[in-house]
Amino acid sequence: MTENTMTSMQRVLTTLGHQEPDRVPLFLLLTMHGAQELGISIKDYFSNPEHVAEGQMRLLEKYRHDCIYSFFYAPIEVEAFGADVLYVEDGPPNSSLPLIRKHDDIKRLKPPNAKESPCLIKVYEATRMIKSKVENEVPIIGVVMSPFSLPVMQMGFDKYIDLLYEQPDLFQQLMAVNEDFCVQWANAQLEAGATAICYFDPVSSPTIIPREMYLKTGFEVAKRTISQIKGPTATHMASGFTLSILDDVAQTGTAVIGSSTQEDLSALKAASQGKLTILGNLNGIEMRRWTEDQAEAAVREAIAKAGPGGGFILSDNHGEIPWQVPENVLAAISNAVRKWGQYPLDWIEDYGK
Amino acid sequence: MQELNTLIASLEQALLSLDRLKAQEVLQSALTGQVEPLIVATLEKIGEGWETGDVALSQIYMSGRICEDLLNTILEPNNEAIAEQPKMAIAELHDYHLLGKRIVYSIMRASGFDLLDYGQKEVDELVELVQKNEIKILLISTLMLPSALKVKEVRAKLELRGLDVKIVVGGAPFRFDEQLYKDVDADAMGKSASDAIKIVKTMIEEQK
Repeated sequence: MTENTMTSMQRVLTTLGHQEPDRVPLFLLLTMHGAQELGISIKDYFSNPEHVAEGQMRLLEKYRHDCIYSFFYAPIEVEAFGADVLYVEDGPPNSSLPLIRKHDDIKRLKPPNAKESPCLIKVYEATRMIKSKVENEVPIIGVVMSPFSLPVMQMGFDKYIDLLYEQPDLFQQLMAVNEDFCVQWANAQLEAGATAICYFDPVSSPTIIPREMYLKTGFEVAKRTISQIKGPTATHMASGFTLSILDDVAQTGTAVIGSSTQEDLSALKAASQGKLTILGNLNGIEMRRWTEDQAEAAVREAIAKAGPGGGFILSDNHGEIPWQVPENVLAAISNAVRKWGQYPLDWIEDYGK
Repeated sequence: MQELNTLIASLEQALLSLDRLKAQEVLQSALTGQVEPLIVATLEKIGEGWETGDVALSQIYMSGRICEDLLNTILEPNNEAIAEQPKMAIAELHDYHLLGKRIVYSIMRASGFDLLDYGQKEVDELVELVQKNEIKILLISTLMLPSALKVKEVRAKLELRGLDVKIVVGGAPFRFDEQLYKDVDADAMGKSASDAIKIVKTMIEEQK
């Protein structure tokens, strides 16, 4: 096994430049596993930024992957807007009852001050603590929910689809509020030390809305929002399809696209060549029952399909690895990247023969 | 048969473009006894489109809503409901992501099935309701993996009470791991809302 010659930051920047680094970078997008490391509940873990900083550092040391993930949990943003968050013992917190019960509530909605929101301040503090330790050697990936996808938690998915199709004026009002908040929140994370922002936008996926609607809605929102975020962004559709809108996504100004495990990685790589770096696409749900051999085979296949030429970061397909995925599988993924991900990827010629 | 295929194509086009008036026209032009098969076949076709990535979830949701509305409010009350149905119910288990359940409920209702909507329920509440209402087929929707894993508790608690209930599951975790439904002791898994129609029809046939 070749000794690595680059820091994680150099490795990631090289692949983002569509060049081959020393090996394929690995992003294990772990959140709740930090609580397992510290032996505390998920609720306790996220209540204190020191826990999250410590958890992320332990995960980095244990799995030797190539990023810190300063993401706490998806409903933290609606919490900042005033909603309640429900914790469970074995999974990510959920948003409670929607803030927007009827469409008219949108008229009274105001963006919270992201810098002063107590729940978000914990994220900035954790980011600062981590940054002081990793400095510029390991990228810190912050997270925002896109203004276009946040309404699923603000008002419920069905009411949001009704709004999209039937209330274009109120939809635009909601986007104005959410865009203001999203830009503040992303830039505050960057100021605290995040290297890049993952822009989660599952509603824009053709799994959820048709491309024609995306071009009129989520695409325009992404262009406006991403242009105001003062750092690089990665767009993630949380397991949704992306292939048919890759060219559109590239035009929003993002550098990376998260990919679904249900799409062909070779096709995604070919379509994104030179435009977007592919992040993905190990099946996080199946991962909970993988053997170590299955983990290695999945890593090998993903690298064979998307590794050549750089422009690829190995990761799960959803943007968060489930609590149920065991340590030995995570370790097997990490070991497999070291075994099969060293450039040049000479073994690929014989792969599958 | 050719005529039904033409109607299916017209209804599919009307639903995907959210043309409610055209959808109403197509349904009204169907012969007596043809409405239910027409809706079922069209929604099945739209569901297959979702599985291949050609149709978006928002279109399935709106298609189900339009069909349900037309049957409930514009057309004559649906007298073509499938006779001799076992008691059925649908619930979202544990998590609060209700869209999937709402889509399946709409599409089942639009296809002539009669089922109770329990909304969001925890395991014990759900088991209690299933016993009280003497449910024979229980449809469970989940979005989050921890919720999907709780189906196993539902099954165990139903068995403890000696209740023979068919459990049909659906939702993202089951779509991403096709073995998961067996791990949680469900009887079947639907990849799309229209799958639920096929599965329930088969179960009804088997119970006869």
